Amino acid sequence: MSSAFPSVAAAAVLSMAAVSCARPAPVPDAPSRVLRVCADPNNLPFSNRALEGFENRIASLVADRLDAKVEYEWWAQRRGFVRNTLRAGLCDVVMGLPSRMEMAATTQPYYRSSYMFVTRRGTHQPASFDDAFLKTAKVGVHIIGDDFSNSPPAHALSNRGLIDNVRGYSVYGNYKSPNPPAELIRAVEQGEIDVAIAWGPLAGYFAQVSKVPLQLTRVMPEREPPFPFVFDMSMAVARSNTALKDELDKVITDNKPAIDAILRAFAVPIVDDRKVASR
Amino acid sequence: MNANGLPFRPGTKCWSIGAHTFVVTALLVCLGACRSGPPETRSGASGATGSTPTGGTVTATSGVANEWTMAPGDYANTRFSTLSDINTTNVNQLREAWTFATGTLGGHEAAPLVVGSTMFVVTPFPNTLYALDLTKPGGAIKWRYDPDPQSAAKGVACCDTVNRGAAYADGRVFINTLDGFTAAVDAETGRQLWKTQLGDINLGETITMAPMVVKGKVLVGNSGGEFGVRGWLAALDAATGAIAWRAYSTGPDRDVLIGPNFKPYYESDKGTDLGTKTWPSEAWKMGGGAVWGWISYDPQLDLIFYGTSNPGPWNPDQRPGDNKWTAGIFARDPDDGDAKWFYQFSPHDLYDHDGVNENVLVTLNVNGQSRPVIVRPERNGYVYVLDRATGEILSVTPFVHITSSTGVDLQTGRLQYVEAKKPRVGVVVRDICPAAPGAKDWQPSSFSPRTGLLYMPHNNLCMDFEGMETSYIAGTPYVGAEVVFKPGPGGHLGEVTAWDPVKAQPAWKIKEPFMAWSGTLVTAGDVVFYGTMDGWFKAVDGRSGKELWKAKTASGIIGQPISYRGPDGKQYIAVLAGIGGWPGAVIVNELDTRDPTAGAGWGETMKSLQASQTKGGVLHVFSLP
Repeated sequence: MSSAFPSVAAAAVLSMAAVSCARPAPVPDAPSRVLRVCADPNNLPFSNRALEGFENRIASLVADRLDAKVEYEWWAQRRGFVRNTLRAGLCDVVMGLPSRMEMAATTQPYYRSSYMFVTRRGTHQPASFDDAFLKTAKVGVHIIGDDFSNSPPAHALSNRGLIDNVRGYSVYGNYKSPNPPAELIRAVEQGEIDVAIAWGPLAGYFAQVSKVPLQLTRVMPEREPPFPFVFDMSMAVARSNTALKDELDKVITDNKPAIDAILRAFAVPIVDDRKVASR
Repeated sequence: MNANGLPFRPGTKCWSIGAHTFVVTALLVCLGACRSGPPETRSGASGATGSTPTGGTVTATSGVANEWTMAPGDYANTRFSTLSDINTTNVNQLREAWTFATGTLGGHEAAPLVVGSTMFVVTPFPNTLYALDLTKPGGAIKWRYDPDPQSAAKGVACCDTVNRGAAYADGRVFINTLDGFTAAVDAETGRQLWKTQLGDINLGETITMAPMVVKGKVLVGNSGGEFGVRGWLAALDAATGAIAWRAYSTGPDRDVLIGPNFKPYYESDKGTDLGTKTWPSEAWKMGGGAVWGWISYDPQLDLIFYGTSNPGPWNPDQRPGDNKWTAGIFARDPDDGDAKWFYQFSPHDLYDHDGVNENVLVTLNVNGQSRPVIVRPERNGYVYVLDRATGEILSVTPFVHITSSTGVDLQTGRLQYVEAKKPRVGVVVRDICPAAPGAKDWQPSSFSPRTGLLYMPHNNLCMDFEGMETSYIAGTPYVGAEVVFKPGPGGHLGEVTAWDPVKAQPAWKIKEPFMAWSGTLVTAGDVVFYGTMDGWFKAVDGRSGKELWKAKTASGIIGQPISYRGPDGKQYIAVLAGIGGWPGAVIVNELDTRDPTAGAGWGETMKSLQASQTKGGVLHVFSLP
């Protein structure tokens, strides 16, 4: 699947090259320190076993700065992911979790993104959840699987009584296929739905590599209490591991341009306004 | 939810039933199912009925003696052993005979089986099946069978790696594997005879229930309601593993195997293609209704009965309608799956109340009339007594404190929800009783025809919907309700209740500090056995509830105790210890993170459970000296 995304792969390689060149010389011995990372082996643009995701790239960057090498514990992102991985001591860090997640200690945010409307280029771009287009269009959203735990767009649609024209796509998808959550974006490509409402990094990456030109529009409003559509994202460590959290915070502060470059290479839609206070 | 499954197995060994007949009402459980010869059922044996002051009685139609060939003991799901060597006067001398470590860490919910002089034990993932030779001191391993379920998709089935037991019939042992297969193994040699894929773990489907063999067909259902699967029950040819039929729990009538013979009792279950029409657009395609619970079989009516899990995965307001055929009970013809009737315990479920609990088949004798019924302790907090032939509700009675509903309208059959307790995201709703795991989850009851009582292990749980919690899955941040479980009235989390189905009231109750998550076993010695999550295996008097004996096991108990007669002629009691499952893995973790609002001592109580228990499956076998 990666060969279909030459531009992304190339950009990512370039950014990694920049990282390597910043070091004075190759270290003759492999670092003895190990940074154990728990990640999904099949979930681009975040991570995969071939290390093609932006979280893979950022993990490498962080490990480099800590003079460590990355070792992965692969685990599909499902209910119980944090419990079964980070909290079970299988790894030191998970590269991307919402900053407000309570199950772990999170670093300062290293990016902020938004849910996006994804439509085919040349079609109507919804301005907000109140756009009349959403009353008649075929709308796709991710559904999580447990009652009362659904994606914020799913809540926003049902709050408006939009039910019969809304199609749910399991965020788990079919794990045999590559990057199963991307099925939601493919459904727009293939005309199965008119608009997908998807989390920014997924929307940005798969829109960029789509064979059918797609367009992204940030959802509005930005927040519809109690549902946010914009999230700060952090790295996460076990609550007790404050030393590593401090180290990661410093790496994030010191390497913002390099991290931003990786995110840009993966077309992650970055929300840069500061209307929502970050932690 | 949650993953949210289980059903069982059939026995062929009828001799034990005939030889120990206690049945007054002649429902011949083995008829039609047993190949090894006609059952010699006698009526009028002693102690078969439970008398009550109201003049009504209740009887069971089966029970088991020397062997234990299916997880619920018999087709009627009584878990009643006709053995009485161990009884209320000598059970205090019970001592451990031998133990066996399963080498597996997951939650051990299974019932061991005993056929002849062999015991069969199936473990949680990786679903190893052990045959233990009971003629050897200490139960030596005769063979082991490793189905090697896929571990490549690690984490895909995150929540629940349990297995609720195997089934035996005609020289074959049948097990289900977490990754969606059913396998048949030669009981003598452990050689695999066939292995059939029924579910796809990549779609979130798993199998955790115990299969049941009825009339040469192995009945198996799926789990995975949390992942938006579409539920089904399938029947496989016991000899070949070929799929004979599969009945879905949602979708058009042809998929649900609803035809002209379908005659539900209540109006709201009548109509064409309700499995699609009671859902918005195509939501039924991942609507839940998984079949991970128990199956019963009535050979006289020639019907199987089983429940369907809650609907999903949308919030209730996103799936307007009754969401047929979830959270209810089907009666079907075991030969072709043809649906005969359906009743929905929780139409448009609001609380994750899977309808998969055990259906215990007994006969009510009231005012000179006997009526074959199903006694059904339901997750929503009521004990239902249903007519077995029609699905009509004969009585429905709360067995715990309930705030989420006011009862059931006997004209319409519909549960009456309390508007103020309907959960809504972003709104704080307190004191919803029972909580999501229900008044009673999968943990199976037993029934004694001698006492006329149903021994129900269950929960005493309420919950608060407290607000919003940020979460993240598969790369997608979301917000969900923060659900806080807390003890119901009395401050304890679990109870064992002896329920009188005639009087529709408890005869006695035992309070347990933790959820009573094991099954119960009752014997003709009038002893009730059950285990606790803090690792105690207990024997109580079936008539009074008085504790008679207890022993500490290696880990918390969430398994199903059984009784059998060993090759040495002695009666044995066996149970698997091994904490885990939903309470072990999820509830315990969730509880200890939420304190101030959760009631005094709650968080500390669960922490003490975590601190005192370690994982690991151990079979404990007890006998008199």
